[in-house]
Amino acid sequence: MLKILKYSFFDVLRSRWSIIYFMFFLLITTGLLWFSGNVAKSIISLMNVVLAIIPLMSILFGTMYFYNSREFVEILLSQPIDRKRIFLGQFLGLSLSLILSFSLGMGIPFLIYGVAVSAEIFDFLVLLLTGNLLSLVFTALAFLISISNQNKIKGFALSILIWLFLAVVYDSIYLVIMAFFNDYPLETPTLLITLFNPIDLSRILILMKLDISALMGFTGALFKTFLGSGTGSLLSITALVIWIGLPVYAFLKLAIKKDF
Amino acid sequence: MKATIEITDLNKRFGKLQVLRDLNVSIKKGKISAVLGPNGSGKTTLIKCILGLVIPDSGDIHINEERINGQWQYRNKIGYMPQIANFPENLSARELISMIRDLRKETSSEIQLATEFGILEHLDKSLKDLSGGTKQKVNAILAMLFNPDILIFDEPTAGLDPVARLHLKDCILEERNAGKTILLTTHIMSEVEELADEIIFLLDGKIYFQGSVEELKSRQGEENLERAIAGILRVTGSHNVKVNHPVLKSLTYA
Repeated sequence: MLKILKYSFFDVLRSRWSIIYFMFFLLITTGLLWFSGNVAKSIISLMNVVLAIIPLMSILFGTMYFYNSREFVEILLSQPIDRKRIFLGQFLGLSLSLILSFSLGMGIPFLIYGVAVSAEIFDFLVLLLTGNLLSLVFTALAFLISISNQNKIKGFALSILIWLFLAVVYDSIYLVIMAFFNDYPLETPTLLITLFNPIDLSRILILMKLDISALMGFTGALFKTFLGSGTGSLLSITALVIWIGLPVYAFLKLAIKKDF
Repeated sequence: MKATIEITDLNKRFGKLQVLRDLNVSIKKGKISAVLGPNGSGKTTLIKCILGLVIPDSGDIHINEERINGQWQYRNKIGYMPQIANFPENLSARELISMIRDLRKETSSEIQLATEFGILEHLDKSLKDLSGGTKQKVNAILAMLFNPDILIFDEPTAGLDPVARLHLKDCILEERNAGKTILLTTHIMSEVEELADEIIFLLDGKIYFQGSVEELKSRQGEENLERAIAGILRVTGSHNVKVNHPVLKSLTYA
């Protein structure tokens, strides 16, 4: 598995897309830090970029990678190696190279700016962790979608739809529900609804750390009052890890039975 | 003669289409067996079942008397050259070869093979910059790299230039003479006559004929292999049984 991981990691890392992804975060972070001149403000602006771009890029890149490597997977499958290890290796190779591009792209400007000695070091680390968890979640979803759809176009369409749903539509539905059932106690349902969206979970995770009540919204405030920052963060991280684990598990289950 | 690959009652269905039906065949040790048949007769599916790429619905496959369904260790005895070569774009051929060598933990002979196929100077180029034919050569090298006992080629000469094609054919004969078991599919009948010790003719997911080229010719009463095979298809009507589309049908029978 580590061997497959190593080679797909280098394959992706050398591709044009990785470099564009890296440059994107490098430029936007540099711009925000030097124009605002404020680490805390830059982290809030970057949070919105991270929550939108990382899921989109990971899910598109993952889908593209899976369909592109189909013929090569046939060669790998004809080698004396267990199927599970091939696919797990590919998943980790891809997501780790995405994580590296993002972490370096965002990390280098922050380090140069002196985040390590600033008061916001932990806010920065939470943003970094969230971005990395989101990369894993959406690469896993991309692999699950691609293995269940033989048709490339269908796979891509589904990937974009799922991103659109989780990034945009979900919140609207959520708001409609809130408005409709305004008279009822909504604490528990709201908490539950949030657990089912990795992007919302990530937002809460960052905002709880930043402790900005104006941006936290109803769910964020709930997490904080009901569970406290510590338990709330732990719950969000656990939920995100489950969001990685379940798609990977389902993907491997399908991969074992699939005909190539 | 002991068989290397023994297949019993193999069935595979893709959706509505039954591709292999109770297929039984033994592939003989140290021979070149050519799997022939019209498009869609199940040639590639049969090969992929042996490799474990396609998982059969029922039936057994034994290699050297060892049941291999659901196993993976047995694949260190097999070299496979697929129809289409599509490699990771940003690796070089040398890196690709060392990746496979890492996986198989065996010694390999890539320099010798690359020299023979004339692609030594392409080994360090990014695989996306190689032409289709050169990629196909890398593909052939990967199959033979580890000196496996069983070699499987799926339409190996498609896309190769005449020199490389000739060289690959020589390689295949050489490997056979060294005692390897070889399985190949092709649509080029002259290649079958040149290479095959045995023909396995598939029709609608079953073995229609198994024997030597001479046996097939005399059975069909034809001097020419291509005509003998066309004869089988005409008699069984299998070249047009699959036409159900109204427009196509009218074209076929017009």
